[in-house]
Amino acid sequence: MVVSLSHYLIVAGVLFTLGIFGIFLNRKNLIVILMSIELMLLAVNINFIAFSAFLGDLVGQIFTLLVLTVAAAEAAIGLAIVVVFYRAHRSIAVEDINELKG
Amino acid sequence: MIAATLAFYLFSALAIVGALNVIFQRNPVHSVLWLIFTFFNAAGLFVLLGAEFVAMILVIVYVGAVAVLFLFVVMMLDINITMVREGFLKYLPVGLLVGGILLAELITVFAGWVMSDSADVLRAAPAPDPSDIGNTEALGLILYTDYIYVFQAAGIILLVAMIGSIVLTHRTRAGVRKQVIGEQNARRPSDTLEVVKVESGKGLQ
Repeated sequence: MVVSLSHYLIVAGVLFTLGIFGIFLNRKNLIVILMSIELMLLAVNINFIAFSAFLGDLVGQIFTLLVLTVAAAEAAIGLAIVVVFYRAHRSIAVEDINELKG
Repeated sequence: MIAATLAFYLFSALAIVGALNVIFQRNPVHSVLWLIFTFFNAAGLFVLLGAEFVAMILVIVYVGAVAVLFLFVVMMLDINITMVREGFLKYLPVGLLVGGILLAELITVFAGWVMSDSADVLRAAPAPDPSDIGNTEALGLILYTDYIYVFQAAGIILLVAMIGSIVLTHRTRAGVRKQVIGEQNARRPSDTLEVVKVESGKGLQ
């Protein structure tokens, strides 16, 4: 019953899938979508750390720090955009965000 | 050994339960609290893997900064909770389909992962013996030397994010009298002061 690399990778895979699932389901609330993205980044971090530990290479942990930085920046910018959008439209549902007609 | 195995299953099960609750909670405030719970358990997994520094950074950065930021924004916006579940069942089948396919693919790839024998040679920064030198010190030794540019780039990203979010959310409201430092500094004595020679016995009219 030794915990192997695959165990960690599968936990990360499940978390990543739940993040994607959350993006599909919560179409009325942009903030929960941002939280789902955070979950996906967390899954990526678990992958990095698991490979780093089982391979004995510290670069994985350096990259985890970088991913954490980018995740924090992304959350700050994303939430700022949500606040600005809410001020203009009084809503943060995904279907209301269609001004660019993309 | 058995304790580490049990801890792994405990932390990973709780992390997955937390992630499920992030998605399925009706109230966004509860979602944020479950996100914090998930991050704590992921930090536990990191400690099990011997990455204590990243685990502590995860708790400090995520729980201390990002999750609190989420909480602030959730509480600032007046979100209609009853409306949140609309369209949930509409997107459930396609979500389950895509998620199921992705999970099956990920498990197929990950379950049989085997490290190559030559992988040891290809390591960029082999981890030192933990009894020799701690995880934090080992990370610092390479972060500030070999990866200094990456470190500086991370700092610039944070600076840009900070400036960007301030610029985005800043607004000038009408009817608020604010100090305008430029105007204050541009004022000269000649704009407001006048020196008048007053003759004695006459005064100013």
